[in-house]
Amino acid sequence: MNPVVFFLLIAALFPLAVSIAPENLRAIGPGVFWVAAVLASVLSMEQLFRSDFDDGTLEQFAIAPQALSVVVLAKLFAHWLVTALPLIFVSPLLVLLYQLPVSSVAVALLTLAAGTPAITATGALGVALTVSVRRGGVLLSLLVLPLYVPVLIFGASAIDQAAHNLPVQGPLLFLMALSVLSISLMPWAIAAALRITLE
Amino acid sequence: MTSMLRIEKLTISRGERTLATDLNFQVNPGDALVTEGPNGSGKTTLLRTLATLSPPLSGTIYWQDHEISDITEVYRSKMLFLGHIPAVKLDLTPLENLKVYARLAGAVTEPSAALERMGIQRYAAILCRHLSAGQLRRVALARLVLTAAPLWILDEPFTALDRQTIDGLSTLLEEHLAEGGSAIITTHQRLSLGQASVSRLSLGTG
Repeated sequence: MNPVVFFLLIAALFPLAVSIAPENLRAIGPGVFWVAAVLASVLSMEQLFRSDFDDGTLEQFAIAPQALSVVVLAKLFAHWLVTALPLIFVSPLLVLLYQLPVSSVAVALLTLAAGTPAITATGALGVALTVSVRRGGVLLSLLVLPLYVPVLIFGASAIDQAAHNLPVQGPLLFLMALSVLSISLMPWAIAAALRITLE
Repeated sequence: MTSMLRIEKLTISRGERTLATDLNFQVNPGDALVTEGPNGSGKTTLLRTLATLSPPLSGTIYWQDHEISDITEVYRSKMLFLGHIPAVKLDLTPLENLKVYARLAGAVTEPSAALERMGIQRYAAILCRHLSAGQLRRVALARLVLTAAPLWILDEPFTALDRQTIDGLSTLLEEHLAEGGSAIITTHQRLSLGQASVSRLSLGTG
């Protein structure tokens, strides 16, 4: 639940701080939308392996006959379901809040659906590297936020182009490519990082 | 008879510190190996190395004459490791915990039967958050009943257990050894395992 509240809260703060003129909102809307989504994801990310690491479950995952990368993939999927999917559900609200045309709601939904798998998988690598550090939250943000830049750029530009009735296929395909790439490669990297952490 | 586990010239380290050098020993079916030594002498590190959690600094571990680095997945399916922390999820019930583990490691016994064997079937449906430390350890120990792993690697398995459970665990160990399994254990308790051959490995003396 927390990421959703955080997502809406950040988005609600911007108009208060900047200006509530509709043209202004329309201009910053796509950017705020994706920055808020990325920050909300990082916030929830830290929990991904924390309890498994603390209670020893991670060790049992690591020495199970099953490949650790498959367990990681299952965890990523579960994490995405509880943190990213709710964002997708509330996102239309945000699009309308920023006076963006109703026609861009669908595109905003699509960018989140296409981009959040990459966010989750990339963030998980950062978590795997920092989970043994007490209060590794800040370190995690420093580590993964720069890696979110491509997703942020393509996500925000897709919504922006939709608001101006321009074709959105390009950025959307880029987002999907990033997600496919990270879902298929990250589990191995995350598993390797976890093994190093557990040594 | 081939040995189950054979260790050659094993050197283990924790961080920058070398804890034990040139360890050589072997564990045969039906054998128990008890590692002894003062705190910080490397008992846990040795067990974690044997459980494939930490890589050794040098030396080789053989499982039935194959290097374990070549047959990691096979070895992991033959080995059961219980560490200091019980690896029990507090937000799940004991039964759910065991079901997860059964799927992960491959079970030969029903999870509920394993709980019964450890005498905690009464708490099967209570969240582990509400159980005591000793009861949590028993949930963790129920894994021993759950799988058919021939090699048990147990780090301080008797911690936080009451008299009765200690006896129960000893019986479990005796049965396991009598069936041709083997066990590597660290403990500060005096261990009596009936007829089984118990060898000892002292760390931190040299």
